[in-house]
Formats: sequence, structure tokens, C-alpha cells
Amino acid sequence: MIPASFDYERADSVEHAIRLLGSRDDAKVLAGGHSLLPLMRFRLARPSLLVDIGRIGDLSYVREDGDKVAIGALTTHDAVNTSEALRELCPIVAHTAGEIGDPQVRHMGTIGGSVAHADPASDMPTVLVALEADLVIEGPSGSRTVMAGDFFKGLFTPDLAPNEVLTEIRVPNTAGRGWDYQKFHRRAQDWAIVGVAALDGESARVALTNMGDRPIRASGVEEALAGGADPTSAAVRAAEGTSPPSDPFGSAEYRQELAKVLVRRALERSMG
Amino acid sequence: MATTERYVGSSVPRKEDAELVTGRGRYTDDMAIPGMLWMAVVRSPFGHARVKSVDVSKALGMDGVVAAFAGGDFDWAGPLLMAWPVTSDINNPPHFPLAKDKARYAGDGVAVVVAESRAAAVDAAESVHVDYEPLPAVVDMEAALAEGAPIVHDEFGTNRCYVWTNTNGDVDKVFAEAPVIVKERYRVQRQVPNAIEPRAILVEPNNATGQFTMWSSTQIPHVLRTAMALATGIPESKLRIVAPRVGGGFGSKLQVYPEEALALELSRRLGRPIKWTETRSEGYLATHHGRDQIQEMELAADEDGRIRGFRAKVLANMGAYLRIIAPGTPVLGAFLYCGAYTGEAYQIELTGVFTNTTPVDAYRGAGRPEATNAIERAIDALARRVGKDPVEIRRMNFMPPFTEATQSIGGLMIDSGNYPATLDKALELADYEQLRKEQQARRASGDVKQLGIGFSTYLENCGWGPSRIIGGVLQYAGGGWEAATIRCHPTGKVVVITGATPHGQGSETAFAQIAADELGVPIDDVEVLFGDTDVSPNGWDTYGSRGAAVGSPAVAMAARKVVAKARKIAAHELEVSEEDLTYESGRFTVKGAPDRAKTVPEIAFSAWTAHNLPDEVEPGLEESAFFDPGNLVFPYGAHICAVEVDTETGEVEVVKYVAVDDVGTIINPQLVEGQVVGGVVQGIAEALYEEAVYDENGQLVTSNMSNYAIPAAPEVPSIATGSHVTPSTTNDLGIKGVGETGTIASPPAVLNAVVDALSPLGVTEIERPATPENVWKAIRRAKGGAA
Amino acid sequence: MTALTGRTITRAWPRPRADFPVCTASDYTPALQTFRPQKGGPTLKRIEVTVNGVRREAEVEPRQLLVYFLRETLGLTGTNVGCDTTSCGACTVLLDGESVKSCNLLAVQADGREITTIEAMATDGQLHPIQQAFHENHGLQCGYCTPGMIMAAASFLEENPSPTEEEVRMALEGNLCRCTGYQNIVKSILAASQQMSGAKA
Repeated sequence: MIPASFDYERADSVEHAIRLLGSRDDAKVLAGGHSLLPLMRFRLARPSLLVDIGRIGDLSYVREDGDKVAIGALTTHDAVNTSEALRELCPIVAHTAGEIGDPQVRHMGTIGGSVAHADPASDMPTVLVALEADLVIEGPSGSRTVMAGDFFKGLFTPDLAPNEVLTEIRVPNTAGRGWDYQKFHRRAQDWAIVGVAALDGESARVALTNMGDRPIRASGVEEALAGGADPTSAAVRAAEGTSPPSDPFGSAEYRQELAKVLVRRALERSMG
Repeated sequence: MATTERYVGSSVPRKEDAELVTGRGRYTDDMAIPGMLWMAVVRSPFGHARVKSVDVSKALGMDGVVAAFAGGDFDWAGPLLMAWPVTSDINNPPHFPLAKDKARYAGDGVAVVVAESRAAAVDAAESVHVDYEPLPAVVDMEAALAEGAPIVHDEFGTNRCYVWTNTNGDVDKVFAEAPVIVKERYRVQRQVPNAIEPRAILVEPNNATGQFTMWSSTQIPHVLRTAMALATGIPESKLRIVAPRVGGGFGSKLQVYPEEALALELSRRLGRPIKWTETRSEGYLATHHGRDQIQEMELAADEDGRIRGFRAKVLANMGAYLRIIAPGTPVLGAFLYCGAYTGEAYQIELTGVFTNTTPVDAYRGAGRPEATNAIERAIDALARRVGKDPVEIRRMNFMPPFTEATQSIGGLMIDSGNYPATLDKALELADYEQLRKEQQARRASGDVKQLGIGFSTYLENCGWGPSRIIGGVLQYAGGGWEAATIRCHPTGKVVVITGATPHGQGSETAFAQIAADELGVPIDDVEVLFGDTDVSPNGWDTYGSRGAAVGSPAVAMAARKVVAKARKIAAHELEVSEEDLTYESGRFTVKGAPDRAKTVPEIAFSAWTAHNLPDEVEPGLEESAFFDPGNLVFPYGAHICAVEVDTETGEVEVVKYVAVDDVGTIINPQLVEGQVVGGVVQGIAEALYEEAVYDENGQLVTSNMSNYAIPAAPEVPSIATGSHVTPSTTNDLGIKGVGETGTIASPPAVLNAVVDALSPLGVTEIERPATPENVWKAIRRAKGGAA
Repeated sequence: MTALTGRTITRAWPRPRADFPVCTASDYTPALQTFRPQKGGPTLKRIEVTVNGVRREAEVEPRQLLVYFLRETLGLTGTNVGCDTTSCGACTVLLDGESVKSCNLLAVQADGREITTIEAMATDGQLHPIQQAFHENHGLQCGYCTPGMIMAAASFLEENPSPTEEEVRMALEGNLCRCTGYQNIVKSILAASQQMSGAKA
């Protein structure tokens, strides 16, 4: 319950945060704290320095930017969920933010924090992978942009150096495209046992939550759809390339079967 | 001031609420005492391990750490109390607060540290170095009883703790001759009780007098006082135990815990107040678990489904040590494997088994949900076997309605019962015909979401309990009476002191209702005190649905003694004989002279000044009573559950739930409904969501509230309740218990409904809990394993 | 300070009155700190938090959780700790008017911000309509989850003043209760919403 001791500094800008992060080997970013603090309270994470970026004012926004929508990394899940702009321009993101945790968690947890944590059981990373979103990262040598599909490298392993800060998430304008996010869980506040993000369009995109060590593109399904298969036939390929966990909420075998059902349902809803 | 208002029978809003809705309730962790130190326990991470050495030197060197001890540093006066040796040859391992040579479950305490702050205690506990030699662990009961199993307590050479049997009638003959035998195997899975308040303890020493005050989040301050005296040698007369506001118990705080003895002993050694609060995940290991039985249930019946005999073989997991009533909790249900049904023969064989797991003890229903699981699901299996409808099979087997005490085949002397009546009421409330129509329609259309309807017509025994019977027949080491004192103050206010220890049930309000009615005073003038052994010296506390059934009659008895004494004084003051007075709503009136009267509050004043009392009457208006019931009480009812099952994912949703219960006289309808709904939801959670899972090394895999799924509001349905009232004859208020009925009844109703939904797919049984995966597996098995 | 029912809360402690039993913090012996600064330990941080309308200043260890800061440093023990996985919501308070789980915030994160706890809900000896509704509808039994439920409800009703039953249940997804089975809690919140929107109209 009580974290191990650590030092704490508040960054007043992204540059300041980068400098502070570089000052120690095991410094960690604190945004909303709703991915990091739960681990620290079990002493599974024991950074010696927390760099609080939560007060950096200009990192919380939703802005239309050409054919993209730019979301500041510190935008809370609640703000993402209730954003009129996102509901209109990229509804899958707005909707999915409302599926994360519970109201109290959504008031504090940030989209950037959740994404940078790279937990394969998180919903938003999957959606961003399906959207082929861009992630903007600031570091000591400047800014770089990574595509969501390349950002999640493994279990809790993002393409993010310890002294870099994720500052912006850029999602495509998907207005007019069918979409669905299926989150299968026991309790509304739980992580997904299996989740499916589906986007209709010229090429359909399907990605899976909690079916591996990172969000998994259901490429077998996408391939089948591209070849003209209907949702039912395409969904049969849902488990290809997946290695889901076995835990108190479900065995790997069950998850793979469940994925097929959920992919079919997500496709029916996004294409219907 | 007197009043004519009647409270019993109305939904009087609770007296408890004022402080609780404003956050002013004082729970144990809310309290702090100057000089207080924090205690933290170092626990074995292994399910079974030799403790080779404990090194506290690093901890002692840390800033803020005051002391650190290992198991061997204590010399206890006695082991932790185990108060229910159900058989004379029970294997009862002495259980001390810290393990010395061997840790027997993950969470078994091996050392303790004391520091100046909560955080320092946690840091210190982390730095205690224990050298363990891991041993093979055994967590499954059948494996524990098998040849070559790791032995939890070497001195016994076996993991068998006890075997308890009860046989009525010629069981062998009945089973040999019956044309239909149904044999089912059930697992009632282990539960983590999860009262929302984690356990906490605060001990304050008085170094001059040797007295100690312990505040503990406990259901049993009275029992705890005796148990602490036995463990530490500190006499009961020097111990004051207080249960302040307690955030739920459900049986998990009906316990004598190692941490209580440790905190007391450390307070004595260090001469300082000691505080301890468990974290939730610590509590998952350190607070006792519930249920965990493997059952083989057999019914012997005629071709038409009439049951002749009941036979049950049950393995009950004790965990690694015997806790206060652990061997007996399965016995509490041992007379109910026949439910509310008739038969000619009954047999139960109960085996208690040790395993390398957290000790198991009472959890809401304690033995009776397990029994109800077996009979209510087996009777559905019988119905399927003989081709009868689940309603019909129950009706034909019910004990017919009775108003005189009748012995059941299980061995209970039941006061009264009308089982068809509650079933009829439930069917009506549930609009049963409509449910069946809906089910048919969905079956015809092959809907992905199928509807199922399940029944649970339960009978239980509670209101613990008649001291002679529970002691003499059942070997329980304690008593089952309850005490109350009523004190009338000179200003007319009334204090009720009860030996019950409510922790959310609303007994404070219920007892006030009774006292207010008996004495004719406004309920706001009645104060109910409890939970503090200095204030309420006598009692057997609250558990086993005894607050209303045993606590209330004690209150009424004391009140009537007060009235009897007041009558003497009133008669004397009014210069009439006692027979010339009528008593109503707190007022003694001279017959035929209505303006000549005295109220109870007025008499209280007279009794206090003692200016004009009759010669033989002592001053003061205060009376005590002890109520020892002659029997248990026997609530019963019919619950109907309708579920929707997604046949593709296995997800189950309860779409309708009806509970009709006969709990006897109802003091406060709103409180009764609250208990029923709360209990039912806890049982639905047990049926669909919750299981405490161990791996083969004795690691608790479902280790916190995030991976052990206690449902929240979106996950559970609304419950429709109905009532049927047959006053109990065990006490003259007619009260039965209601605290546990919901949890006893509901799991089989839910599980039967799931099976019913899937019966067209060939499913005949479902594992508990009916999680989506378990449902999916059942469907797959029925299809012959095809994916 | 966020207006919860159109009133601005300016005073921290409900004043005790004869007709409404209320204890003040002085009834308790002074709270001890969860965290005692250790020699050679991390630098303490000075924070300024407005709690129930009163500005409070303190030096805290960075690792001190907000819930312990409230309970032990400030003596506001109405907010409870029920778990260690951010699951149960017994620790729910309002941060700048929005519900948060105070067990999963550091006290330092609350610097310069406004916290509202259960102790601020009743004012002038009058229960807040949500509290009154819980009382009238038997929305509590042991009371331990109740402050968290009430604060979660207060935040929710601010955003959705006339919810359906289903919306109320979903709003409580982060608050666990073991006693009531939720039914009367939902009933209480629906009753409160009617009372509060009626009062505004």
C-alpha cells in the first residue's frame, strides 16, 4: 500500500521534465499516476525520482489539425470521452476512453500516461494501433514521431527512452467510417479479458487487446476481409498470431475462442 | 415523556446513520493515541516451508524502528482459541500467533516489527530476512488425503482433521432398494469474505494498573476477551475489548486472530499503544476464507421422483490451522442436506482436511449455503432424471405445512413451516408463466442469448443458539444465550445495553424499537450501547443470524422486568393494588379512573429518588435479562432466478430475481429487506464471480480486489422481495433470523437457472462459479468437445 | 470551490448544534503522521491544499498518499481505505469538484488544488440531500463504503442531474459495497437527484 521512498520534482515545461528525467537512471514520469502509482503501491516499481509533468499546462487539449485530431498527452480519459470534437471526428477514441476504469480513474488518468505504460491489457493502445495513430515524443535531441504499431514493443515496453516524454497523440479523422470497440470483462471497472477495435473503411483495421504482449493487429482477419470474406468467415482467423495470457479471468484457450466471437461482433457492428 | 407511537413493524430510519452518513463513525483505523507505535507482520511467501532462521538486525537498525521479534521470541500462555472440537478425537494442532519452525500457508506470520510510523513499519518488515526451506505444498483436499501427500501438521501423520457423521434411518436399505439413484459431485469454491473495512487493531496499555484496552475490528469482543486472556495470560478482569464501528464482518471478523494477540503482547512488552491495520492484499492471506467443500450428494428416489433417502459425503477444507469454530462451520449445515424435503433415511459424513492454505472459517451462512447447494442442485438433477419440472419435484417432496414442532429427516426439530406457500408467492411475484413463455420463444428462435429459470426453496437453521443443545449435542465450547440490560434514567431517557455486537445490521435501531414499544417512550429517547466489554459485560456477540433472534428477546425480557418493577412502584404511588392497574404504551392507569396514571419515565424518577418506594422494592429502575433460546430458528423461503446466457461467450446476466422469505416476525421491514438483498447479491457474486484460487505451490493467485471479482452495481440485478410471516415459537417475539438467508438461498437458484438455460444444448451441470469460461466449457463438453 | 447544489461551501467544519449530533476533530486525540521524516530520507515537499474550504499547509514526504494526508495529517477520518488496488472507491473525494480515488494520488499532486471530503457535505447541521436520501432509503449498513459512495454520487449528479437507474449503476462501477447489494444505494441516489433537481427548479 505504501510506496518505497522516492524524491519528487515538478516539471514546469517539457524541456524541464527531460532534464530532470536525465538526472537519474531510474527517474519516472508522473502524469495522472493511474498506471504508475498502483505498481508503486505494491513496490513493484521503485523509481528513486518521480518527475511530475501533471502541471504542464499546454499538454491537455483536443485540436483538429487538418485530417488529423491532435490530443495532448495529459488529456484525461474523461476529457477525451466527453470531447465534442473527438466524438464527431474520431468517435472510437472518445468512446473507448469512457470504457477505461471507472469515473474516478477517468478524472485523473491521462491518455498519454496509459499509452506510455504499454500494458497490453489497456484499451487505448489497441485503438491507436487500429487507427495507425502517430505518437509525438520529445527528448533531449528534439521531437520524433512514431506510429502506434511500432511504439508498442513488448510487455510494458514502449519505444520511449527513460528521458523522453510522450507529448501528443495524433489520430486520423474517421468521421463517416464505421467503428466498434468490444470490451469483454467481468466487471465494468475491470481490464479487458479480450478487447477488439474494429474500423471499417477502404481497408478494414482490426486490433486486439490482451491477446499478447502488446496490441495485436488481427492481420489474418484483415487479410480475409480484404479478400472479400464476410465477418463470420473473417473472424475465424481472429486468434492467428496471438499469445494471450492465462490468468484468473480466463485461460489462453478461452480467450482465443472469445476473440473470434468478439471480432465477428465488432465487424458486424462496424460494417453494418 | 411517554408516547403512544408503535415502532415494531415499521421501517424506522436508523439511529446508526447520523454518524455514518457524515463520515463521523469511528472505525478502528480512525483512532490514534499519543505515543502510538505501528506493528507490521512479516509473512511467509511460501505455501509450506521450514523457517530456518529469522534475521531482524537490518530492521532494528532502521530509523524509527523500535522492536522486531520472531516466533521463537514469544512464550504464549496458550494457543489461539479453537472453540468447537466437533469430535473427541479431532486433530487439533495448537496454533500460536507466529510460526516458529514451519510456515504452513502463504501469509503465515513468522516475524513482527514495531516502528514509529506506518511507513517505517512497512519498510522494516520488508528488510527482515527470513531463511526459508520451501517444502512441497498441498492445496487440493483429495490430494491432501491421498497417500504420500505433504503433511501439514507432522504430529498427526495425516491431513485428516476429523470425521463427523450423522445417520437417521436405514440408509443402506433405502439406497439398496430405491429404483432411482442420483449421484452428483459438487465443488463449493473458496471465498474471500472481503468486508470493505480491512481489519485493524489498536491496543492501549495502562502501565500503572496492568489494564489494557483493545479496539479491534471484530464481531466478537466478548469472546475475544476470553481468548486474549487464554493466549497472553492477562486476566479478563484487566482486559477491555471494544468493537467500535466495524465495517462489515460476514463471519470474517468472527475470529480470534494472531495479530490481536501480537498487538496485545507487544503493548505489554513495550508499554506503548500499538496499532495494526491490514492492507487489503495482506487480508487476502491473513483474514480467514470461507466455504471450500467437495461434496458427493446422493438421492434415492422412486420412479416418480419421491425422495426416500439422502446421503452426502463432504470434504471440508480447514486450511492450515483450525481457527475458532472452523471444524464446526460445516456441521452447522450438516442437518440440511435434505433441505425442506421428506424422506426415510439421511446420512452425512463430513471430513475436515488440512491443506497449505489460509485457514477457513465462518462466512455468511457458514455451512448452510454449502448444504443448500447440494440439495437444491441435486433435486434439479433428480427432476431431469425422472422427467419432472423443478417446481413439481419440489412440491411433491416438501414437508407438508405444519404448525407444531416437527422433526425433519435431517434431525432438526423445526418449529413451523409452510414451504408450498413461499413457493406459490414467489412464482406469482416472478410472473413465472411469462418467464417460461419467453424461454420457449427464445428456444424456438435459436436466440444466441438463452433464458434460464432456477429455483432454490431453502430451509436453514440459525439464531445461534440453545446452549444445552449446541454444547451437549454439538460439542460447541461456548454458549448461545444473549443478555440485555435496560436502565431508565431519572429524566426518562432509556439506555439499552446489549451483549450483541452489530456491525451494520441495524440492530441498534431494532432493539431501540422493541424497548421503546415495551416502555412507551419515544425512540429518540432510547440509547443502545454495545460492543464494549466495560459497558456491556455479558454477551455472545453477533454472528449466525442471532442478533434479532436471540438479542431481541433478551431486550424484550429486560424491558418486561422493568415494567413489572415499575408496576409495583406505580401501584404503591397510586395507592392501588397491581391488579387495579392497566398498562399500555408506557402508562399505568387505574382501572376506571383514567386520569390517575403514572408513566414509566415518572416511575424512573421516583425509583431514583426513592422517597416513596414499597418496602420490598430496591431503588433504581434497571433490569437485566439473559435469554437462552430453547431451539434454533428456521427461516425458509423460495427464490427464483432468471438468467440470460450468451451461448457464444458464456456470459451470464441475472435478469430477474425474486426472493420470498419467511423470517418470522419483522421488527423493521426496511432492515429485513436490506439484509435479504445484501445477502442475495453476495450469493449471486458467489455463484457467478468469486473464487479464491491457489496454485499447486500454495500461492494465492486471486490475491487482491483487482483479480478477485467482487461485483459492483452494474454487475448485479435488482432483487424483488416478498415476505411470508410465520412467527417462530422459539422466542415469544416470533423472530427468526435473516442475516444469512439471502446468501444461503441464492447460489443454487442462479446455478440452476444457468443449467436450465443451457439444457437444450445438452448441458446438465455447471461448475461454480459460473464464469463465462466455465459456461463456455460446459457448452463445449455437452457438444462433445467440439469447439 | 465547486458549487455542489448551487451553494458555495465556505466553511470547513459543520458547527455542532443541539439538534444534530456532530463531533469535531478535537474529540480525537491528535492524529499521528503516517510518515515520519527519516534521517537521510527524501526531501520533504511543502504543499498548500484547500480542504473543505480551508487552506492547509504542510510538509509531506513525496510518498505520502493523499488519503493518509487527509486521514492522519488533517484528522479527516471520514474518507476510508478499503483496498490497495484502486478498486473499491471507499477513499473517493472530490479534487476540484471531480471524484477521484485519494488512495491513488500523492498528497503532492493535490498541491494548490481544492479537495472536498465527506466532512463538508453536511452544513449548518443540515444533511446534504444525498446524505438525507441515503438515510431515508436505507442506503447504508456498516457505513464503511458510504462516504465514498456519497462523494462519487455528488460528482456524478453534478454531471448528470437526472440519471436513469442504469446510469446510476454505471456511475458506481468504481465503488464496492459488500453489505447492501447496491439496490438501496441506487435508490438513494435517484431520490437525491429528484430532490436536488426539484430544489433547483
